[in-house]
Amino acid sequence: MMFFLCFVLFLIGLYCVLIKKNLLKIVMGIVIMEYSVNLFLITVGYKAGAVAPIVTEGAGKVSFVDPLPQALVITAIVIGIATLALIVALCMRVYDRYKTFDITKIRRLRG
Amino acid sequence: MTLIPLFMVIPLGSAFIVVLLGRFKETVSDVLATAATLMLAILPFALIIPLSQEGIFVYRMGRWIPPWGINLVLDGLSLLMLIIINLVAFLAILYSVSYMKKFTAKSTYYGLFLLMLAGMNGVVLSGDFFNLFVFLEIAAIASYALVAFGVEAEELEASFKYMVMGSVASVLILFSIGLIYSLTGSLNMAHVGTILQGQKGNLISFSMILFLAGFGLKAAIMPFHAWLPDAHPSAPAPISAMLSGVLIKALGVYAILRIFFNVFGMNIQLSWILMILGALSMVGGGLLALKQNDFKRLLAYSSISQIGLIMLGVGCGNYWGILGALFHLFNHASFKALLFLNSGAVEYSTGTRELKKMGGLSKAMPFTGATSAIGSLSISGIPPLNGFWSKLFIIMGLIYAGRYVLGVITILVSVLTLAYYLKVQRYAFFGKLGEGLEKVKEAPPLMCASMVALAIICIGAGIFFYPIMKIILEPAVRVLQEGVGYSSLVLGG
Repeated sequence: MMFFLCFVLFLIGLYCVLIKKNLLKIVMGIVIMEYSVNLFLITVGYKAGAVAPIVTEGAGKVSFVDPLPQALVITAIVIGIATLALIVALCMRVYDRYKTFDITKIRRLRG
Repeated sequence: MTLIPLFMVIPLGSAFIVVLLGRFKETVSDVLATAATLMLAILPFALIIPLSQEGIFVYRMGRWIPPWGINLVLDGLSLLMLIIINLVAFLAILYSVSYMKKFTAKSTYYGLFLLMLAGMNGVVLSGDFFNLFVFLEIAAIASYALVAFGVEAEELEASFKYMVMGSVASVLILFSIGLIYSLTGSLNMAHVGTILQGQKGNLISFSMILFLAGFGLKAAIMPFHAWLPDAHPSAPAPISAMLSGVLIKALGVYAILRIFFNVFGMNIQLSWILMILGALSMVGGGLLALKQNDFKRLLAYSSISQIGLIMLGVGCGNYWGILGALFHLFNHASFKALLFLNSGAVEYSTGTRELKKMGGLSKAMPFTGATSAIGSLSISGIPPLNGFWSKLFIIMGLIYAGRYVLGVITILVSVLTLAYYLKVQRYAFFGKLGEGLEKVKEAPPLMCASMVALAIICIGAGIFFYPIMKIILEPAVRVLQEGVGYSSLVLGG
């Protein structure tokens, strides 16, 4: 069920990127896609009823969640923030030059 | 082998030092960036002989054994890519010392350039999926910023387009890595390879498709090519040379080769997919290049066409096809970088990129004219220059595989390539001197030096193709032909 929801979220993001005309909405689409993938990774490592993988005294037989996807997601979030910062800065510069956020009007390159 | 991490450590370290020191004096950053890339350009050649004795080097980070720890793998294919990347990077930096004077913030430029270099070296050396993704993002983010470096309206637009496409590609790749992890419980490429051997399933196919779409977007194969003709011409000329000559290969083609040959294993359907996509982009890119009048845009479309040729050679899967494709990878890096540097020199001296406004430049700019003639002839496959041999090998591979139609198409596209490069020569370098170009001077000596060096590589690789083939290319071909045997080499070694 969770996997299905992740996929739906992913498709919503893809829809935003493909259909929306506003630069910032496209950026939001990318962010939604990224987060859906992060959610997917977390879900892969999740186990019902398990605890955080920290070995303490007397915790011998409790099952642990998989810690690796969590480490991956932290890295992926950091990369995502870097991309987001750059792309929003780019949007601001584009607005300075073209005075609009509408991609149908930002068309000086062709061929 | 303790030298392997230096390929990431040198550019990453110098990227930050260059930016810090460049605030005080610009020449310091020039010298430092040139020294760092020179060191990186020499380093792969020092590894050729030890590697030919050992076959494969596995560097274990913190001495953790492969399936659990992070490892860096250096084999024939990685070494070939390292040679290409670092050689072109050194010549591009040498060129930028003079070329980038017209931009402000030169030290920031060097910083981003070296970050991109670190990312590419990392992609080529990484032995597990997630590090491949991280290094890919480092290279990609640096290249988004470099495309927009001029902050003109067109450059920002191109960079935005590139960035949206690139981010979608990265998300697809990360999604696929997640799928692979959920299926196998491992991220190490060699370990995943052993687990997936002989297995079939919808989810495996789905992750293969995601990888193909993601890396295909990075490599600009035909249905995913839309960003390239905008992004590559908009960047400053040495960056265009890096992007077209190296980045699409390291991030796109190399990753496709490594994942499909060594992890999943090739099969007949996959080989058809690669061949069809390759033929499509070869023909499409060539036809679109023919009608361009902007010098750099024409070169960008031609890149799509040549990447298609490489994919076609890889797809046919036999010895000659793969050998030709890898040789073409090397050759394309040399002549496409050369041609982009030529276009930069012309833009530097005349201030225009429109082919129709130029004319007779080979008299005013003898070095640029002569080197661009060599570049154009070798990309069109005129013997004895290097482009001829790689195209010949690819066509031989297609004929041995029984794909006669594709072989004929390749020959026709080669003629098409000759046509649009003759157009460049005719409009820009031959004939009468264009209006208002009487005072044009040759580009500064450092720019000429790197162009001449690339032209010498083009001629040298054409004449001495046999030793290059035996020493550098054959180990790389062997890696790809071994296929999933890569796993046992890495895990056992």
